[in-house]
Amino acid sequence: MKNQRKERGRPIFNGDLCAQRMTKTMKHKISFPHMGKYHIVIGRLLEDLVGENGEVLTAPAITKRTIELGAKHSPEFVCIPFKYNLGNFIEALDNGANVLFHTSGDCRMGFYNEVQEQILRDLGYDFRLCILETNSRNRSLRDMYKMFKSLNPQLTWTRLISSLIFAVRIIFAMDKIEDYVRRNTGFAGDDSLEKIEKRFLTEVANARGMFHVGRIFRRYMKELRAVPLDKPKNPMKIGIVGELYVLMEPFSNYFIEKELAKFGIEVTRFINVSYLLFSPQHKIKHLIKQAEGYVTYEIGADGTDSVAKCVHFARNGYDGIIHLKPFGCTPEVNSIPICQRVSEDFGIPILYFSFDAQTSETGVKTRLEAFYDMISMKRDAGREMPEIPEIPMRG
Amino acid sequence: MYYKYQVMWRSFFEELGLEVVVSPNTNKKILDMGINSSIDESCTSAKVYMGHVEWLIGKCDVIFVPRVVTFEDGDATCTKFYGIYDIVRATFPDANFIHYSIDYDDKQTERKAYKKLGAELGAKKSAVKAAYKNAVAALEAFEKNLESRQEAILKSGDGALKVLIVAHPYNIYDKLIGEPIVRTLEELGASILYADVPDSTRMCGRSKALARSMYWRYNKELTGSVDYYRDKVDGIIFMTTFPCGPDSLAIELIMRKIKDVPMTNLIIDSNFGEAGLNTRIESFIDILEARKK
Repeated sequence: MKNQRKERGRPIFNGDLCAQRMTKTMKHKISFPHMGKYHIVIGRLLEDLVGENGEVLTAPAITKRTIELGAKHSPEFVCIPFKYNLGNFIEALDNGANVLFHTSGDCRMGFYNEVQEQILRDLGYDFRLCILETNSRNRSLRDMYKMFKSLNPQLTWTRLISSLIFAVRIIFAMDKIEDYVRRNTGFAGDDSLEKIEKRFLTEVANARGMFHVGRIFRRYMKELRAVPLDKPKNPMKIGIVGELYVLMEPFSNYFIEKELAKFGIEVTRFINVSYLLFSPQHKIKHLIKQAEGYVTYEIGADGTDSVAKCVHFARNGYDGIIHLKPFGCTPEVNSIPICQRVSEDFGIPILYFSFDAQTSETGVKTRLEAFYDMISMKRDAGREMPEIPEIPMRG
Repeated sequence: MYYKYQVMWRSFFEELGLEVVVSPNTNKKILDMGINSSIDESCTSAKVYMGHVEWLIGKCDVIFVPRVVTFEDGDATCTKFYGIYDIVRATFPDANFIHYSIDYDDKQTERKAYKKLGAELGAKKSAVKAAYKNAVAALEAFEKNLESRQEAILKSGDGALKVLIVAHPYNIYDKLIGEPIVRTLEELGASILYADVPDSTRMCGRSKALARSMYWRYNKELTGSVDYYRDKVDGIIFMTTFPCGPDSLAIELIMRKIKDVPMTNLIIDSNFGEAGLNTRIESFIDILEARKK
């Protein structure tokens, strides 16, 4: 711990850290499961940390095959992120990976890695599994250092900390850009915003250092703002809440945000990596306060968050809320009856989606369309801003 | 409903001079009420729970809904237990509930939780303290008794098949969910051992042999027990309700790790057919018998 504090106190930026590109004589072939666009940062972080001792092999992008492979070897009613992760792992191992990275979590996710390891070993794969703890209870920089040190003997504390901060900087930039695109892409008329975002992602993945990330970010933000938007004064607004994986992995939610944008809706979502890891708003005390008596205690993982954000959206005059979760996700199943109560008390419609390996895309689209029709009719019925009722007192 | 701490609660409340109304054994009607008042993806056990809560409404002054989430050593329960109090409150906004919360992560120890509960019920501090002490003792005696009975079965060499049932107490001791299985097994002449009976602390330690990073207390107990009994029994039956989160992973892991004992996994749903279940149990017993010869 002493060591760590010392390193934190020092200036941590190491300019030419990323200039040391890797040579081709490598031992470890490292891979990790996908989640949305974050493979860019995770790949970059791992590359920086293992340096010349390894190569990062990003798993092939998620396709139908990924989920089929994953579902085939998974337990029957495990939640869907497990199946996606497993599919990613199998495809990565088939491509020659031999070190796999995984995270932990607060719900069932914390136990994913051990079961997945056993399944993959039963399938005859040989690999090493490393776990990046995200659970605040066991999160420790020291363990992380030890783990990467074993992969890369040349690793120093300075390198670890600076790479981490660098990765965090990229995540913040990505999330901010993504947030702007999400809010506005429905009003751009075409996909020009998304194209800009794509270019931004390729460039930021190869940024040379902290300040470079900042420069890239500002340049692209300017470019995004320059795109003319045809946005009405009081646009239709929808908030999205739910389980983090299906929220952040667009493949698993059938690109629901894009579909919504097509209707010309402003979409808001709080959950992203920077929010989950660093936002003071994500602290449980704050959430319970925000949920205004609907929850007394933490209801598990991100369930509390869903309820709190439902209340927030309802209070801020949103037209509707969409709640996403994997089939059988216990924390979110917990949150639904409470969200229903919020919906009733505030008169705000909520649409619930539950995703599994066999959800039909057309079904999702149809339900979205119907939901859109419903909220626009509700609006036309003369209630521009629904009245906010008094919260009934509850024991 | 909650078979694990039933003795403790009853003793606590009765000591404080309160009348305890317990909902009856689960029946079809209670299950149906539960299905109607919970969302369809909720696990069957939780639906049964909701049914019992609904049954109690109007039959007593307050309904006790406990919340037990984390333990001394960082273990936790399934997230269903985290939320059950708030779910019940959201589903039945007009009913009166009383609760306690055992959450060591939040410094809410069991003693503290009972103290608060007692205060809320308007009892004297000293009375609460004594009631708690007696309740703990009652629970301990009850558990010891069960354990020694189980040991006796294990030692008796009457040649009957010994089958270990691995299931959460709230499932296997339930009249509607678990009892049909137990009954069928008894009719077939097997002697039954329950995985939840042996001492919790010891079993949690043992569970490391099969699952190194497990953190659900109740599943840890069961997993440890599987390790403890694996070479002492003829077969293992897992029983879980659809779609139980922890079980979905824990059972998969155990079944993949243990290769030398016959195992079967029975998944109970809210619209089950008893005949199909019986057939499966019968054929499993047949396999065990054939193997023993």
